[in-house]
Amino acid sequence: MNKLISSISPHFNSTITTAKIMLDVVIALIPAAIASVIIFGFRALLVIGVCVAVCIFSEWGFEKICKKQNTITDLSAVVTGMLLAFNLPVSIPLWQAAFGSLAAIVVVKQLFGGIGQNFANPAITARIIMMTAFSGSMTSWVFPDASSSATPLALISKGQTGDLPSYLNMFLGVRGGCLGETCTLALLIGGAYLLIKRVISWHTPAAFIGTVAVMSFICGKDVLYQLMAGGLMLGAFFMATDYSSTPATKWGKIIFGVGCGLITVLIRFWGNFPEGVSFSILLMNILTPYIERLTRAKPLVGGGKV
Amino acid sequence: MRLHGTKVPHKKNTAGMKPVEIELPKQVVIPMAMHIGKPASPVVKRGDLVKVGTLIGEPDGYVSAPVHSSVSGKVVKIDEISMGMGVKVPAVVVETDGLQELSGDIAPPVVNDYEDLIEAVKNSGVVGLGGAGFPTFIKLKFKDFEKLDAVVINAAECEPYITSDTRTMLDNIDYLNKGITALKKHMGIKRFIIGIENNKPKCIKKLREFFSEDSSVEIDALPAIYPQGGEKVLVYNTMKRIIPKGGFPLDVGAVVINVTTLAFIGEYLETGIPLIKKCITVDGSAVKEPKNVIAPIGTPLSHVFECAGGFKSEVYKVLYGGPMMGIAVPSLELPVLKMTNAVIAMDKKEGAPPVTTQCINCGNCLNHCPLKLDPRAIERAYKQSRGEDLEKLCVDLCMECGCCAYVCPAKRPLVQTNKLAKSVLRNYINKKKEEGKNE
Repeated sequence: MNKLISSISPHFNSTITTAKIMLDVVIALIPAAIASVIIFGFRALLVIGVCVAVCIFSEWGFEKICKKQNTITDLSAVVTGMLLAFNLPVSIPLWQAAFGSLAAIVVVKQLFGGIGQNFANPAITARIIMMTAFSGSMTSWVFPDASSSATPLALISKGQTGDLPSYLNMFLGVRGGCLGETCTLALLIGGAYLLIKRVISWHTPAAFIGTVAVMSFICGKDVLYQLMAGGLMLGAFFMATDYSSTPATKWGKIIFGVGCGLITVLIRFWGNFPEGVSFSILLMNILTPYIERLTRAKPLVGGGKV
Repeated sequence: MRLHGTKVPHKKNTAGMKPVEIELPKQVVIPMAMHIGKPASPVVKRGDLVKVGTLIGEPDGYVSAPVHSSVSGKVVKIDEISMGMGVKVPAVVVETDGLQELSGDIAPPVVNDYEDLIEAVKNSGVVGLGGAGFPTFIKLKFKDFEKLDAVVINAAECEPYITSDTRTMLDNIDYLNKGITALKKHMGIKRFIIGIENNKPKCIKKLREFFSEDSSVEIDALPAIYPQGGEKVLVYNTMKRIIPKGGFPLDVGAVVINVTTLAFIGEYLETGIPLIKKCITVDGSAVKEPKNVIAPIGTPLSHVFECAGGFKSEVYKVLYGGPMMGIAVPSLELPVLKMTNAVIAMDKKEGAPPVTTQCINCGNCLNHCPLKLDPRAIERAYKQSRGEDLEKLCVDLCMECGCCAYVCPAKRPLVQTNKLAKSVLRNYINKKKEEGKNE
């Protein structure tokens, strides 16, 4: 007679897996990766390649040393590598990119317990570490023809508004900036893909982008420019929607997005830095457990009015 | 407000198949515990001759139900059988003589008033046939009729594969009507709501046509979102009322009764034959010829599967009930029970438990829980045995529908964790009570 297997229900599972979700994120990042190569040349691909490779290798190595289960097949290290590369200028020395990737995976992700356990976004935190450590190379914006240009937000904060790129160039991404953040078109395509595939919900990006738009309007700034400049699109669709470091509740996501928007605007308009998306997301990451506790749904215990 | 849930595959392969009576097994094993409450106590002994419908187990205590023989033949053993998960129950084993003679005691019950009706329902041996197995007469027995606004007839049948309720509606609508009429006449109930998932258009059409003249019966076609047939979910979706935690549907003026249960009551009032056979769906990836069958209660599952052509591939897991909430059985020798509405046999590909990985905090579980629980937080609190937090997180509210585990990308066994967390919470509450006494 056959041996029957016993297990607790449910005996059906959906086909969704962590690896499939991460694969969707990778797919959603590909348009921006292609755009970065077109805009900044082949070195962009090299930077992405180094970041992804070092992220995968550090995850594998760390888990090997700690005798933990190997998780590189869940593709989350690939996502971290791509996102970090997108947050670097194309001219970044490759060893610095490698250092940032190692920090993202080992310090920010694995030391806190690996996937799902890190309280801060690995790519963003690594970018901030690198901005502090390599401030020179992190703020030099070079084009393939060796010309260099300040980022639009840096121009605005310096008051050199005459040199600003056109709306069309902003939308297509032909401007100074990190390699994956400039092409609004590609990021919108990727964001739409994630929304359609339900990998992310609309709450965070809508709240984040909406808050920046409203605040820019109130402060008398050029709204469209503020939305397309800096890392807002990349941050709102890909970084502020990270599962581990942001709230899982609907209202939590909205509060998170609004908070990110407010801090971004605060830094952009009144702070010392021209751009504030990274800091806003990191600061809100820290508040995530509190936001979640505040917005947790009340279980359906009944007894009161509906 | 709309309650969450999840879309599961329907797999209602057998919906169009009229149930067929299976060949009589050589032997039936009839457990005395096929209901919630105390097991019945056997009133036959080895060597006794029984007929179809002979009382073989008497209710023991208030929450209990009588058990009848499903075959004619000879009692060969009063045995104890293992139902899995460490549960052992007494059972009467009857060798069939193949004659299927009806017992002389069988006669349609005389029902003149409410007390007669309750007595009849009790004697019929009927229990909640949706799967829960709560003795039905207790559900219908209450003092204050004023409190009752409506009877919700559960015809959602939200589990994948199962179509036995579908067959009740298509084949036995007259009996269903008899059940409704009896409740109307003797209990004065004025409103019946049939809650049904909209993936059964044939049933909906038939019900609407049949009850078009009857203004007391409403057909509520609900979206096919699992677990539509969960008691709390169904009462909310049909009446917009929330059953309080630890309470009963009656607390919000409702009685929920499964459609097949009510149809059986109608049938019993006409024929007087107690609950001795069941229409069950036989399906699953390992079954050669999926079909609906009518099987005597006590038929070994191995015999039921043989009557469905046997297995087409190696059988890996066998379930009482559907894939979402069904119970995996340890052996094919276990019998068909009163509340069995389906038996599912899965091959390895379908039935193998998935590989579990680390939680990625995606929030799918809490965003799909119909009762708005946070399985992710419950898992964390359980791992650290934090009873106080489990109480706040209301883990005892969980109905174990399985939505959370179903949608989890990391395939975490969240239902299992919730079950375990419930016992941690029980211990915590008991301890708190004791400490309160000592002070």
